[in-house]
Amino acid sequence: MKKLIGLIVVVMLTVGGLFAINSWLTQAQHPQTGTKQVTKARTLTIYNWGDYIDPALLKEFTKETGYQVDYETFDSNEAMFTKIKQGGTRYDLAVPSEYMVAKMRRAGMLEPLDKDKLTGLQNYDAHFMDRDFDPQNRYSLPYFWGTLGVVYNDKMVAPGEIKTWNDLFKPAYRQNIMLIDSARDIMGMALASSGHSMNTTDQPTLAAAEGKLATLMPNVKAIVADEIKTYMIQDEAALAVDYSGDAAEMVANNKHLHYVLPTGISNLWLDNLVMPKTVRNKTAAYAFINFMSEPEHAAQNAEYVGYATPNMAAKARLPKATRTNSAWYPKQAALDDLEVYQDLGSAMTQRYNDYFLEFKMTNQ
Amino acid sequence: MKTRYSAYYALPYLFWIVLFVIAPLGLLLVQSFNNIGGHWTLANYQTYFKSGTYLRMTFNSLWFSFLVTMVTLIIAYPAAYIMTKLKHAQFWLMLIILPTWINLLLKAYAFIGLFAQDGSVNQFLTLIGIGPQQIMFTNVAFMIVAAYIELPFMMMPIFNALRELDPSLINAARDLGANSRQTFMKVIFPYSLSGVRAGVQAVFIPTLSLFMLTRLIGGNRVITLGTAIEEHFLVTQNWGMGSTIGIILIIAMFLTMYLTRERKGRGKQHAK
Repeated sequence: MKKLIGLIVVVMLTVGGLFAINSWLTQAQHPQTGTKQVTKARTLTIYNWGDYIDPALLKEFTKETGYQVDYETFDSNEAMFTKIKQGGTRYDLAVPSEYMVAKMRRAGMLEPLDKDKLTGLQNYDAHFMDRDFDPQNRYSLPYFWGTLGVVYNDKMVAPGEIKTWNDLFKPAYRQNIMLIDSARDIMGMALASSGHSMNTTDQPTLAAAEGKLATLMPNVKAIVADEIKTYMIQDEAALAVDYSGDAAEMVANNKHLHYVLPTGISNLWLDNLVMPKTVRNKTAAYAFINFMSEPEHAAQNAEYVGYATPNMAAKARLPKATRTNSAWYPKQAALDDLEVYQDLGSAMTQRYNDYFLEFKMTNQ
Repeated sequence: MKTRYSAYYALPYLFWIVLFVIAPLGLLLVQSFNNIGGHWTLANYQTYFKSGTYLRMTFNSLWFSFLVTMVTLIIAYPAAYIMTKLKHAQFWLMLIILPTWINLLLKAYAFIGLFAQDGSVNQFLTLIGIGPQQIMFTNVAFMIVAAYIELPFMMMPIFNALRELDPSLINAARDLGANSRQTFMKVIFPYSLSGVRAGVQAVFIPTLSLFMLTRLIGGNRVITLGTAIEEHFLVTQNWGMGSTIGIILIIAMFLTMYLTRERKGRGKQHAK
């Protein structure tokens, strides 16, 4: 009998322990008591992508304003959305991509930004402001931006060989292209190659795009996620379809790699600073947004992360080779052809994914 | 008195099973009947059985699992048999088990290093004059890595079954005039079948839903149901459809267990 009680106690303790840890975590994230409030008022909690800010800037921010920064990271928009939605978090700032801003806005998860408290708005390039996903930037400010393009290895592909998306279909690249594992981007690429919008919702057009994509399969070596960077750096394939952000990292690690933005339609993505409804310390959040809007900080961050900054004044401070490189900072004409992804709703997202899955199942 | 207590001893385990096995399975089942808007529906199952893509994917999963199971069985059986004859069987067994202490992801990355364009295998192939081959992202690469990872789980039950075999049975068979082939076919193999069965279950079932390897080693050129589940939970956030595929996998697992179950009647026929 004693043994029995012992065993029950063990199970109860495990369950109880889990509950205790859970409530302790919730407590830690929702400080209610007065004394804790004081210390927490000096903290700013940021929820951002991994390695997406120069750590030196966080230190400088603390030195300048006195706010301690609590920096947490996520690895996908969807993961971030789920975590904030579930509650129990106290993020003051988050950095979703554009379509996720729209989704969060519609789900009522965002706090409007008070323009009177923002400084340095004039530094931002108008091209990246007032976009469909957030008209008049009521909820968000752009943090970094980039494009979807092609990375090539000059050992296997001559510069200038890739000009449009359709060049990828050449038989010469048999088994030599890597694709990023993302339904929206790859389906979008197929649509763009035929001159259709990357936000197409028309059923026959999507089916045709999948059909065209299937003809690319003989050239496709692999459809991979983050590993694509490692593979390209190791000269595993000649070409990769990927975001400019990933490309910047590849190019920095292998001097034979180059990034091109194909002419015609492509994707323009923006990651944006937003204030989720979970915000506890608005003063600190505004202080941080304003801190990052300052040209010297934005420039420093852009040099560290390697992505393109939407901050014109910061761009002017970047080395000439960077800011005149049309791969990272396309000319205005090319910029005008870029499309920002719209949140197409869950049924359409599903359809894109179904087509993408079908494409993956294509036999060579 | 004693027997009544022993029934109570099962209580904590029952508790545990209900909380951590039955309840999650129940949740999965409930989820699978929900559509993306949270309404009660059978649509997920309809989509699954109507869609050529999902059915082909299921077939792919089953086929690859079957191949991987066969490959591991062909390697594991003779190896386990030889091991039982060796002096330091426990030591060799430990060497077989050792790789399971290493994280799956690390092993996958190690294989990337081996199979890459300028990896060790290709360097060797170049050295002996064959020249570099495309190894990564092929079905063969996926099979090799999957088989390597699952091998210990096949080997251990077979080894245990063979070791428990009473040597006097073999001696008796030989005394009664069976040659070594007959001894193996009529005595050793039937007795080790329980181990083979356990091994097949331990390999076939997890291989059905291997998904990380399909991307890392297979480059998504090998698609199994695991890929679809991952996508439904992480990308489309259609938990209902993801759960449906999960339920179908679970049914497939029960089927496997049923098909590879111990058949009581057969032993008796042989015993004659």
